[in-house]
Amino acid sequence: MDLSSINPVLLIASIMLSATPILLAAIGEMVVEKSGVLNLGVEGMMITGAVVGFAIAVNTGSPGLGFVAAAMASAVLSLSFGILTQVLLANQVATGLGLTLVGLGLSALIGTPYVGLKSPSVPKVEIPLLSDIPVLGPMLFSHDLMVYFSLFLVAAVWAVLKFTRIGLILRAVGESHDAAHALGYKVVRVRMAAIFFGGACAGLGGAYLGLARVLQWTEGMTAGAGWIALAIVVFASWRPWRVLIGAYLFGGVSVLQLNLQAADVAVPVALLSMSPYLITILVLIIISARGAHGAPASLGRIFHASG
Amino acid sequence: MIRLERRPSPSALWTAITPLIAVLLTMLVGGTMFAVLGKPPVQAIAAIFWDPIFGDFAFYYRGQLLVKAGPLILIAIGLSIGFRAGIWNIGAEGQYIMGAICGAAAGLAMYPSESVLIFPLMILCGALGGLAWAMVPAILKVRFGTNEILVSLMLVYVAETILASVSSGLLRNPEGMGFPGSRNFQQWDAAHNTELIAGTGMHWGVAASFIAVIFAYVMLSRHIQGFNIRLAGAAPRAAALAGVSWSRVILLCLGFSGALAGLAGLFEVTGPAGQISIDFNSGYGFTAIIVAFLGRLNPFGIVLAGLLMALTYVGGEIAQLNLQLPGAAIQLFQGMLLFFLLATDVFTNYRFRVGGAA
Amino acid sequence: MDDILLELNGLTKAYPGVIANDDVSVSIRRGEIHALLGENGAGKSTLVKMIYGLVKPDAGGMRLAGNTFAPQDPRSARDAGVAMVFQHFSLFNALTVAENIALGMENPPKPRDLAARILDVSQSYGLPLNPDRTVGTLSAGERQRVEIIRCLLQDPRLLIMDEPTSVLTPQEVDILFTTLRQLKSEGTSILYISHKLEEIRTLCDTATILRGGKKVGTCTPADTTARELAEMMVGASFAAPKGTQAKLGAAVLEVTGLSLPAMDAFGSMLHDITFSVRTGEVMGIGGVAGNGQDELLMALSGEHTSKPGSVLLSGEDLSAKGPQYRRAQGLLSGPEERLGHAAVPDMSLIENAALTGAYRKQIVQAGFLNWHRARRFAEDIIQAFDVRTPGPGVAARALSGGNLQKFVVGREILMEPKVLIINQPTWGVDAAAAASIRQALLDLAARGAAIVVISQDLDELIEISDTFAALTAGRLSDVQKMQGLDLDQIGLMLGGAHDLDAAHA
Repeated sequence: MDLSSINPVLLIASIMLSATPILLAAIGEMVVEKSGVLNLGVEGMMITGAVVGFAIAVNTGSPGLGFVAAAMASAVLSLSFGILTQVLLANQVATGLGLTLVGLGLSALIGTPYVGLKSPSVPKVEIPLLSDIPVLGPMLFSHDLMVYFSLFLVAAVWAVLKFTRIGLILRAVGESHDAAHALGYKVVRVRMAAIFFGGACAGLGGAYLGLARVLQWTEGMTAGAGWIALAIVVFASWRPWRVLIGAYLFGGVSVLQLNLQAADVAVPVALLSMSPYLITILVLIIISARGAHGAPASLGRIFHASG
Repeated sequence: MIRLERRPSPSALWTAITPLIAVLLTMLVGGTMFAVLGKPPVQAIAAIFWDPIFGDFAFYYRGQLLVKAGPLILIAIGLSIGFRAGIWNIGAEGQYIMGAICGAAAGLAMYPSESVLIFPLMILCGALGGLAWAMVPAILKVRFGTNEILVSLMLVYVAETILASVSSGLLRNPEGMGFPGSRNFQQWDAAHNTELIAGTGMHWGVAASFIAVIFAYVMLSRHIQGFNIRLAGAAPRAAALAGVSWSRVILLCLGFSGALAGLAGLFEVTGPAGQISIDFNSGYGFTAIIVAFLGRLNPFGIVLAGLLMALTYVGGEIAQLNLQLPGAAIQLFQGMLLFFLLATDVFTNYRFRVGGAA
Repeated sequence: MDDILLELNGLTKAYPGVIANDDVSVSIRRGEIHALLGENGAGKSTLVKMIYGLVKPDAGGMRLAGNTFAPQDPRSARDAGVAMVFQHFSLFNALTVAENIALGMENPPKPRDLAARILDVSQSYGLPLNPDRTVGTLSAGERQRVEIIRCLLQDPRLLIMDEPTSVLTPQEVDILFTTLRQLKSEGTSILYISHKLEEIRTLCDTATILRGGKKVGTCTPADTTARELAEMMVGASFAAPKGTQAKLGAAVLEVTGLSLPAMDAFGSMLHDITFSVRTGEVMGIGGVAGNGQDELLMALSGEHTSKPGSVLLSGEDLSAKGPQYRRAQGLLSGPEERLGHAAVPDMSLIENAALTGAYRKQIVQAGFLNWHRARRFAEDIIQAFDVRTPGPGVAARALSGGNLQKFVVGREILMEPKVLIINQPTWGVDAAAAASIRQALLDLAARGAAIVVISQDLDELIEISDTFAALTAGRLSDVQKMQGLDLDQIGLMLGGAHDLDAAHA
């Protein structure tokens, strides 16, 4: 066992790297759930984003275009979920599962020609001055743009939900769609917009996985990240900053277990590689034992305006 | 303007025909997709839906239909009972793997005995393995109210890790020259899930799935337990008024579906798959979700849906062989089937009204 | 006719199978309190939904202050100066009072200014309210204030109030009336929807009466007797329930020190509830819904268990037993919420008959259901209680509210309970059906059953109860003989416990 091989600076930096895809997907899903919609298709949207982002980046040589394309592709895919659940009033759980299955199939189909290719790298942005600080600089301030964007997104979602009218309307729709409808708000439109946003975020998260973390495309590469994002929203009690904490905790666990595997710790490899999933379950237990407060009251319920 | 109007009662006609419409839509959109991929659409659709039953090699493929449909039906029956109660076990894939591992391990511990008790013992252990794996989300839900969707799904990844570990460790064939994978059950008569009627694909797992169908039908339509499960799903508060214990429904539904998924895994590993290996599981646990919905959560509907889904598997292989259609296209095809079903389902509960101010 | 604010001309609205409004014309003057009177299903709600822009008329038109008025949605109705207080509040439990009010305004001021204006308006109209409280923690009366203040902040020309007093205690009703009269004196018109005749006679200047979607008359309520109003509203006279003076026997249900924690964040709890009911007795429990009524029913039905000794039936301790056991012993219950609690909306009446009748009616034998017996039981209920339905095979949600209510009440009564607990037996039911349900309850008591009726309709309780207690904030008042109690005393009982609680807070 050689724990000294674990470099704390690199460890923190890689935690931020590994948390970013889940953070992006989770903050998007949180907005969707705040509007009262449970979209279980995060995994499917993420993997679609991953393959589309990878394919576009490889073909154009531009990771930036890859991210944009991934966000658009997953958002469009999420609209199919939106139409099914909001217009055709389908069951949200079943449709979300269906979205995941479609996404997995679609991504495998699109990705076949790209297996084994390497993606263009995402440039790092060294923040001037800050990145020169010893230890803290390389740890916190020399990441690629998406890491900062994900943090900005959390802050933006927090501010919009708390301080703006759009945020208030979104929360109101998620709290009671009937009351919001009675006041004249367009419930379906608000929810469609939220679903679209959530899809785009999941797409970004997936693309980040392919372009910045793994640097290649393999079938089923999200390996449950979308589901973990869903769990993090529950863990966070639907609060943006807690989503950030949850994603970074999870990122920490997955990086740590890889480091421990590399360091030859006397723990079976199988146990280490299943630890992210086991810890997710553990966190869910703790949260539910405490009583999960803060769930939007209309979450998952079908809205049908009568009369 | 078009608007939806809720029907006083669900339409029986639409309940029956929406799956057919969904299949037609999937053929249409799937055919278009194949055309985009540069494959002849009509031929591809025919390869999937026609050739397995009526094509030149149908004598071989027909048997394959039951081989694939068996586990799908067995798992879907279990899932459908939970879905009726609003309990979403989506980790059947994990229960399927754990059932296979437990059943196989119990058998391998007896190797090379040829006792007739070995296969029944393996079946029992397979069911128990799936049951135990499903009891984790069940007990957590009962005790803490933990979301069973997420827990059962996380356990799929855990089960896959265990599978990878045991197939190259604990259960590895000592005579396998270091290759991962267990002993081959097809070469060990006492543990082999043989074809019961030659050439039909009918094995013990298929027989078990038909028993499960009848059992589920009787329970849901005639027995108080089935009534309670339906109550719990349709109106939880009314179920509480009737005295239905929610905890009991959770344990029953997850336990039943876990045991059936475990059985399916055991029958697969001792029959068609032959051995525990890192990728013996082929996603049946997830496809069974589609089968359950496509069959309208109705036991006999699930039989038809299972056969249909088996058709797409077998036909997909033919299309892969003859037309070089990518394997993933079939996966997408199956996903689309579920999507179109959910989309057309709206006709069952709502009427479309054209015109008239809302 | 310059003083006409809103004019409705021949408004017609049809839904599949029913004409909700048929050629209705009404004129509302400035500064008038105009009553819209009618039974459930008379078309009052549809009419105001058209004024508020939630529903568009099939034919006819409206003029507001002389101009054509055809609101596309509630927003344009609000822009035109029409505000509405809903019967089932359009409030968001998890949001604060200020946030709720902001949602009802087009251009809300900054949060700090809004809070100041809320306090300002609430003081000038005598409606105390804290802008920072979470709405889920407020009482029904306070919630209504949120709705009213939300409307008043927009300086409406017309304020629509849909059954505003159904959730208020008599004292709160007085406060509301004072506020409404103040508004009227300031020139605001009020469209006041109700089916309570006395209220309309004391408050309103003009009344329009609807029956079966049609306007049947306009009158000055103060000059019209309650009887005349009732006849216009109902169209036919019906027999008032007659009690058959049952002899009161021994106490059969004894509840002692029953407490229950709150189920969810905004639920109410039960504190130390004690009462007993004797055979042949009808006990009325009054109080506004949301004060523990649901919880009390569930604690007695067995959906929630309680501490040993708190629920006794004929001396047997049932506090740890579930609904099935209690039902077997003769303790039956009918919850308030018809769809989803008392009945399963998507299941047939046959299956709904088996819902509570499974064991008591021997529908279950050795674990298997005998559907023939269930069908026979359903048919018995349909026949005995005149449930209008094409047959027992239709889904519960296909029935009208009144018919489904007759079915679920009838189901429990036909099982001949020793004790029947029933919550809101006639809520949302038309007058004739309500009378027949009350008669059936009295007949059951006359056969020697003990009945607990939980209701927020005081007139109903006065009519059928032998004894009375008030449930407020989860506490039950002392039980009094109904005979000799007047409305003021009842009002004090209803308000008393609540004020005590407010003093603690």
